[in-house]
Amino acid sequence: MASIVVSQRQLVLPGELLAEGPKVRAGENTYRVGDKIYSSRIGLVNVVKNTVSVIALRGSCYLPNVGDTVIGMVVDVGLNGWLVDIKAPYNAFLPLSEVSDKPINPKRDALPKVLDVGDLVLAKVIAFDRTRSPLLTIKDKGLGKLQGGHLVEISPTKVPRLIGKKGSMINMIKRETGCRITVGQNGLILVSCKRRGLESLVEVAIKKIEEEAHTTGLTDRIMEFLRRNQRRAGGGDVVEPSRG
Amino acid sequence: MSRAEDKKVIRLISEDGLRVDGRRPDELRPIKLEVGVLEKADGSAYVEYGRTKIMAAVFGPREIHPRHLAISEKAVIRCRYHMAPFSTEQRKSPAPSRREIELSKVIREALEPAVFTEYYPRTSIDIFIEVLQSDGGTRCAGITAASLALADAGIPMKDLVASVAVGKVDGVVVADLCDVEDKYGEADMPVALMPKFGEITLLQMDGNLSQSEFEQALQLAVESCQTIYGKQREALLNRFVQVEV
Repeated sequence: MASIVVSQRQLVLPGELLAEGPKVRAGENTYRVGDKIYSSRIGLVNVVKNTVSVIALRGSCYLPNVGDTVIGMVVDVGLNGWLVDIKAPYNAFLPLSEVSDKPINPKRDALPKVLDVGDLVLAKVIAFDRTRSPLLTIKDKGLGKLQGGHLVEISPTKVPRLIGKKGSMINMIKRETGCRITVGQNGLILVSCKRRGLESLVEVAIKKIEEEAHTTGLTDRIMEFLRRNQRRAGGGDVVEPSRG
Repeated sequence: MSRAEDKKVIRLISEDGLRVDGRRPDELRPIKLEVGVLEKADGSAYVEYGRTKIMAAVFGPREIHPRHLAISEKAVIRCRYHMAPFSTEQRKSPAPSRREIELSKVIREALEPAVFTEYYPRTSIDIFIEVLQSDGGTRCAGITAASLALADAGIPMKDLVASVAVGKVDGVVVADLCDVEDKYGEADMPVALMPKFGEITLLQMDGNLSQSEFEQALQLAVESCQTIYGKQREALLNRFVQVEV
């Protein structure tokens, strides 16, 4: 007798029973005791086929996943690479060999000239097994040093909401504002617009998405919010819409 | 408290079977739970058991400092239970006392079974419990608050932990002792429980109970923890429902 005892999108807490029976699979943020599946975090239930998982609503910690694109800040220049803070509990390592195809000779070329402490990089996680520090690469297309723009930080658990289904949310923001937005899976977002005022408007919108991630009809509300504030001259002073 | 001492005669249970603060033996003090009260912490909670007031904050999982404390297969939970200098009648020195260090350990061990520490190797989860006002049962209120703060921080947990003290005063088994009952009663027994699975994570006893009294007290503790568990769930759910409106 396999059955899921919660409804889709229901708000659940740690220890809450989600499903019974051996046929249901335990997805993310859940755990199994015997035949029963429980939630391990606060979040919303997500049932896909016979897998029950929980979309976490809280959590400040980013756990790297191989293949994730992240934004990191260089915190140290070593002898054969860079240490990068990617907002995870572990500093990531960006080895020399993953920076460019041209060989860089640490004896001849000064590493800080390539990347220095404080630089932002868009990188991809190529290895992480929880026993060693995550490894990064910036060799792929579109990766590399980031310049200009405004850095916004949100909880990594809210990143999927910011992107939306098939990018619906993030594409809407890009369309409405014409800004370039780079989203790292680790919750760091780089916003670069033509005007500084627009950047702060996007920041407020992103913060709003983070705060109201668990509500429905958010994309439409954010769109309305962006349109209303952009109509104001300059768009520099952002006015929070009153709730209700 | 000093009033009771002045009178010299302490009646912890009145003729009509009520306790010093007018409660029935199995009645809890008014409980207030609030989640997400601190902005800087990853998770936080504020708890009141009557006049006992406690704030708990959780940070992490984060990089552990000093590094040598890291455990390669799981996260380290560090807990600090601390009483504010203004929490008691006589000023308490803010330096951690022997009792506070012991309670920090006891609380950590009461929470550890509920947390999936193996998900975050080489990191630390730091719990800070600050007693703002003390009127008995602070370790239990501390555990209740800390487990809410852990859940609020989004740390994967098996279940919430609810905790309450039971004991015996004037020969009667009572729940949720206040300071006077703790001091002048015959027994005090703090219990912490993971209510979904009925697993006890803390059981201490101070004083004397017969076997049947112990069983009665434990039963009462389990029931009281279930009540508190309901309120914990409500407090956590409230945090999110509010935004939705």
